[in-house]
Amino acid sequence: MCPQVLFSNRKPGRIATMEEYRQSGGYKALSLVVGKWTGKDVCAEVQKANLRGRGGAGFPTGLKWLGVPQEGAYPRYIAANCDEMEPGTFKDRILVHADPHMILEGMVLSAYATGAEKGFIFVRPSYESGARILEREIQRARDAGYLGRNILGTDFSFHIVVHRSGGRYICGEATALLNALQGNRPNPIRPPPYPTVKGLWGRPTVVNNIETMANVPHILRNGAEWYQGLSRSSGSPGTKLFCVSGRVNRPGCFELPMGTTLREIIEEHAGGLPPGCQFKACLPGGASTRFLTSEHLDVAMDFESLAAIGHRMGTAAIIVFDHKTCLVEVTLNLTRFFARESCGWCTPCREGLPYLGDLLRRIEAGEGEEEFIPMIRTMCGHLWNAYCALAPGAASPVESLLTNFEDEVREHIRQRKCPCKA
Amino acid sequence: MAYADLLPGEMRRKLAQKIAESETAREQAIDVMTILQGHFGYMSDEAMLAASELLAMTPLELEELATFYNFIYRQPVGEHVIHVCDSAICWMHGHESLLDHLLSRLEIRLGETTEDGLFTVLPVCCLGYCDHAPAMLVDRRIHGELTREKIDRILTKLIEESHSLPGRK
Repeated sequence: MCPQVLFSNRKPGRIATMEEYRQSGGYKALSLVVGKWTGKDVCAEVQKANLRGRGGAGFPTGLKWLGVPQEGAYPRYIAANCDEMEPGTFKDRILVHADPHMILEGMVLSAYATGAEKGFIFVRPSYESGARILEREIQRARDAGYLGRNILGTDFSFHIVVHRSGGRYICGEATALLNALQGNRPNPIRPPPYPTVKGLWGRPTVVNNIETMANVPHILRNGAEWYQGLSRSSGSPGTKLFCVSGRVNRPGCFELPMGTTLREIIEEHAGGLPPGCQFKACLPGGASTRFLTSEHLDVAMDFESLAAIGHRMGTAAIIVFDHKTCLVEVTLNLTRFFARESCGWCTPCREGLPYLGDLLRRIEAGEGEEEFIPMIRTMCGHLWNAYCALAPGAASPVESLLTNFEDEVREHIRQRKCPCKA
Repeated sequence: MAYADLLPGEMRRKLAQKIAESETAREQAIDVMTILQGHFGYMSDEAMLAASELLAMTPLELEELATFYNFIYRQPVGEHVIHVCDSAICWMHGHESLLDHLLSRLEIRLGETTEDGLFTVLPVCCLGYCDHAPAMLVDRRIHGELTREKIDRILTKLIEESHSLPGRK
């Protein structure tokens, strides 16, 4: 069993109570820090630990917090991202249902570090039970003096509210999330200015994924060096919540050291593929990453090792496909998802994704032509000109389908049918 | 507040309090619409006008949001709304044949409402229950590891419940 940090209080079918969280060292970081450290000290420790964002982009958290201008405007805000609509990703749901106070303590500490006075937890509609848990536990934390006015008797005050989304993938993008929170149409906004300078209502705002937040109390309580020692890789410290789904025996969410190999995660923790199924490919970090083939199964799952072979960690949601699964059809499904969830603001995304979807549909239906392949490549290139990261993310599985499985695509065109179907 | 005045008093007070506690009124747009569609069944034109009055938004600004989100219904829906996940993982686990089964049991097409007004079936992207695929939400409650038998049981239970309500056969 690997050391469990974020999941130290995870129990089957039950949420850790505030008391259990406290007994495991919870809220100790808060008493250690509040009123004793400066906000800058907190940022510096988090930066020293080299905590990187767990929502997909992997931006260094300490650096993000230091981006809030010292002399900047007040009030300031924290936005905790629990929107999680990347296909294959469900770690935030598991975390909320395992130990909600760890998320709350992380948010309070991030507020202390950046001088924020109000925080929002942005929750998607299908996590209504999570939203209710968070609201209940916020009240408990407030009653215990960990939240609200004069936290632990100091002059530091911070309030948290749960904001329910109406449900749309783009809301998980940080700037779109801020628009959504303010009751505006959730189109992304291209920085600069960054949200840390000009976010909610034009005020400095820190947007972090809730898994990122949950790491913060542990770093402050145990120190940056301890945190780095949790990892098996030198560049990406800490543990990571890996979600494994698709063709595996035991789909689930596992907390493992950063740098655990993909093979170990799939074969040992997720129980390997069912009998008669052979590994064909996986998406290593959710729907907006590239197909990874068996030659890279021994890659260490951390930011640097994946980047070195041309892949992205994303949300570390590993979706496994077996030899019987048609990857043209998978890519068609993913492309349809992105086309439907595009906010429609910019042309490459709004027009390009349905175009790609149409070409893939025709190939899958046996109506494909050889010329479709260069057409797909050209359109994927255009997607990189989009306004936000949605379209380049959507291009990733399509581009890697052609890189790794061009023969399979050509076979569809040659046979004028899907070769995977009987 | 011509339209908002037509809302039940207690609901109006609850909404007004929510709005008063937030930074700006429009921050509550989704919550207000969710509560109103719970009352009216969907966001009718009248509900839209009432909401825009409460939120100090123009009807057009609110329309931008109402038509954007997957869980705000701008057209009438059935008593029970079923959102079936059609993302890659559920698809691998037999989403298509389960959806066919569900639709043929209800004798509707995707996006339609049954004649008795009980069920609407809508597609939805990944619900975040990939470890329990295939999954669907019924009135925002999750049902995972779906099979044809499980879907039948869910439908039968909801139909029986509705028949036991006063005023229904």
